[in-house]
Amino acid sequence: MREKKEALIKINDLFFAYPGQDYLFKNFNFLFFKGEKIGLIGPNGSGKTTLFHLIMGLLFPTRGKMEIFGKERKTERDFTEVRERIGLVFQDPDDQLFSPTVAEDIIFGPLNLRKSQPEAKKILKETLETLGLSGFEDRITYNLSYGEKRLVSLATVWAMQPEVLLLDEPTTWLDDETIVKIIQILKRNSDLSYIIISHDKYFLKETTGSIYLLDRGKIKEL
Amino acid sequence: MINLIEEKFSQGGSFLHRLDPRVKIIVIIVFSVVVAVTNRYKSLSFALLFAIVLIIMAKLRIREIIFRLVVVNSFIFLLWLILPFTLSGIIIYSMGSLNISLEGINYAFLITLKSNTIVLASLALLSTSPIFNLVHALSHLRFPDKLIHLFFFTYRYIQTIHSEYIRLNNALKIRSFKAQTNFHTYRTYAYLVGIMLIRSYDRSQRVYNAMLCRGFKGKFWILNHFSFKRSDLISGIIMVSWIIGLVLYP
Repeated sequence: MREKKEALIKINDLFFAYPGQDYLFKNFNFLFFKGEKIGLIGPNGSGKTTLFHLIMGLLFPTRGKMEIFGKERKTERDFTEVRERIGLVFQDPDDQLFSPTVAEDIIFGPLNLRKSQPEAKKILKETLETLGLSGFEDRITYNLSYGEKRLVSLATVWAMQPEVLLLDEPTTWLDDETIVKIIQILKRNSDLSYIIISHDKYFLKETTGSIYLLDRGKIKEL
Repeated sequence: MINLIEEKFSQGGSFLHRLDPRVKIIVIIVFSVVVAVTNRYKSLSFALLFAIVLIIMAKLRIREIIFRLVVVNSFIFLLWLILPFTLSGIIIYSMGSLNISLEGINYAFLITLKSNTIVLASLALLSTSPIFNLVHALSHLRFPDKLIHLFFFTYRYIQTIHSEYIRLNNALKIRSFKAQTNFHTYRTYAYLVGIMLIRSYDRSQRVYNAMLCRGFKGKFWILNHFSFKRSDLISGIIMVSWIIGLVLYP
């Protein structure tokens, strides 16, 4: 069944170490297919966030082969396309939001994808509606509450209509209500593919089809 | 959250508040250059009058303006401590080995006059626009992107760094830290500043990464455009011609 689907991310025999530290990944292999919804768990420091950053080309492997969307990705330039088609939501929303208003932060991505102003404004409106944030357009990003910041961070990436979402601990420090809201958003858009790093077993059970454990540089399905 | 930069003057209904920020930026640039290079008292006093008229038109709170002028003039005061004694020229007063020269006093006075004039005009013209409108106006005026980003991010992250500072300061407080004149206090503050530097560097890296992930290629986008009205054009022309008059006036 899986073989018939298109592999979006294919990592082969990858090595990675932070400067002056031991290898975090050694002979690392990973496959991710279109339409998959997986949860990624593992002890702190096992490299979950690092894996996301490698996929987005924010970090580069010491050795190994990464094939994303059917093409080998090696240089900064190769990752431009990856970043347009994969959306990463950071763990800390203060890292993600930098524009004065919610509206400006959300249209930043679509405009970078060469959308016209009217198109971007339409996407803005739709995104806010989808994520239940209508009326937030002119709110100042640094005055939002923590939960609101998390949702707006998701909105900034959502607006780019990515084929794959990478969510880094989307539920930490959120109240149950907001968590339920995120679960509903993910369930409602059933054609999405995504990888979620989380320690929240309930959240993963609700949103993902399979769970992978990342530990000591190895990944395996549970 | 505490707003570190309050932009106290940016809200208001005066004519200057409604004026297109692009006009204001052009006027203040021309004005500052003219005032900075002019050395004639007659021109300078007309320039000061121009600045005062603008301040009155902007309907700003006089107390706040005086407070800001005090800040500026406290720096200029240092010049008064040095210039009259160090510039050579006609000596008008001697105190032992110290001589006060007329040129020195003249020079210090010119600097005081020019700085206050420019500060007053900037207060009236620039602080009456929200900072983000100024940023947008600068990019409309085709200022180099790098300068605009620098300006914008400085503003944006002073806020974040400030809240970082408050968080760290609270961390000190809950462990009963009290600032005193001793080595422990100095060391603690040094650590505080150090960790703030490191954290803001880290944060800037992470923000940059987040921007890359959203396809940033060195360009910011403008959502709201200004509409250039006839009144903007007319007032721009009037102000610039007054300034040019300052230069040409014999």
